Amino acid sequence: MIRFDNIAWHAGAFRLENVSFTVPEKSYAVLMGRTGCGKTSLLEILCGLRRPHSGRMFIGGRDVTNEPPGERGIGYVPQDGAMFPTMTVRQNIGFALRLRHRSPDEIQRRVNELAAHLGVAHLLDRLPQNLSGGERQRVALGRALAAKPSVLLLDEPLSALDEELRDDLATLLKKLQRELGVTALHITHSRSEAARLADVLFRFEGGRVIEAKGSIQ
Amino acid sequence: MSAGHTRVSPFWLSLGVVTGLYLLFLLALLGATATYTTPGQLWESLGSREIRYSIGLSLATCTVSALLALLLAVPVGYLLARGRFPGKPWLDAALDIPIVLPPMVVGLCLLIFFQTPVGKVIDGVLPFTYTIAGVVLAQFVIGAAFAVRTMRGVFDHLSSRPEDVAMTLGCSRGRAVWLVTLPAAKRGMFAAFSIAWARSLGEFGPILVFAGATRMKTEVLPTSVFIELSVGRLEAAVAVSIVMVVLAMVVLVAVRLAGERL
Repeated sequence: MIRFDNIAWHAGAFRLENVSFTVPEKSYAVLMGRTGCGKTSLLEILCGLRRPHSGRMFIGGRDVTNEPPGERGIGYVPQDGAMFPTMTVRQNIGFALRLRHRSPDEIQRRVNELAAHLGVAHLLDRLPQNLSGGERQRVALGRALAAKPSVLLLDEPLSALDEELRDDLATLLKKLQRELGVTALHITHSRSEAARLADVLFRFEGGRVIEAKGSIQ
Repeated sequence: MSAGHTRVSPFWLSLGVVTGLYLLFLLALLGATATYTTPGQLWESLGSREIRYSIGLSLATCTVSALLALLLAVPVGYLLARGRFPGKPWLDAALDIPIVLPPMVVGLCLLIFFQTPVGKVIDGVLPFTYTIAGVVLAQFVIGAAFAVRTMRGVFDHLSSRPEDVAMTLGCSRGRAVWLVTLPAAKRGMFAAFSIAWARSLGEFGPILVFAGATRMKTEVLPTSVFIELSVGRLEAAVAVSIVMVVLAMVVLVAVRLAGERL
């Protein structure tokens, strides 16, 4: 479960006011809105990369408003994948586990398992600059999921891909979310993407978030 | 001069002519200097104890000052590129002071600073005025300003996104910079070091004013050129100049190669 409670944030003339909404546990929520409406900023606030001026945020009932980003139990996939450019795919996926001082065997097992799941097992020794856009997003997804987060945040993960890849990755996202039982919050400006993926749909309007409808499926 | 065009337009031709003339001028300067002396005279000049000391001191002080400049440039460049704070444009402009000040004035400022009570205390602990440490400090003041500019540009061009992701995965900001950003910036760090090193090699004014031009003590390569010229030994001045040209070329090539390989 993810809950935003009266979140306010502003930068210059841009303002988010009284943002309150709840993403139910283990559901796939999609937040829609026009480019520049504050979707990414809201995701970054939930990640802990920006500090809200007021309001509180909860993940699984725990108040994470003042917790450091790495302790919130979040897996974050930004729009461009944001690969670590000097690390191989293997090192990218295993990064969070290395930070947690897991044994090399455990890291290798988890990396292999995720790589097989995501269809990137043959790319493990490549550097990110030698990957296609779709491969990069799959690796970014694996990296975000490696430490078994309870929440997966996806910032327009399909927007830079061509149609065929977009369909493949959308199917994979939904399948993974179901299998792993994570709560997903996916932001996009694409109606078709939202219709395909959302259990719950939210819409950004005038600096606030409103629930567009209940369960789609 | 795009590919596929068989006829070169007058526009590109005129740009090519201007570039070619400029390159020709640079090569003529280097060629005239290189052919002014014979290999025998060059070897004889380089064999002198004073010149060998000057070469050694230049290499050592440039390396130390460039390393110090890089140590300063990485955090300051990062702050300028990623930090958001009041007065940032003023800080940005202030850090360019060593670049815009006339070199002699930098030397004079250093000399005067070490006459102040604070400067005297520092000089008491580690003597700078008219010492090798002073040579390093004079080189550092100028080299660091260029290294900071370079590192700021490097961090400006590196996306902060991977660092953000690293933080969500469990890193503190510092650890994210260490593990993700700095490895990605290694090419830029090498460029910043090389630029600081090359600037330090050519530094003359501040060293002359602040550290002096004492033979076998604070004499670096530009000082040698000055001393040799002032006593009328043009061949020795040319020999030292050729050494500096070769070193500068080595740095230029190293930066280019590193740019491709790192």
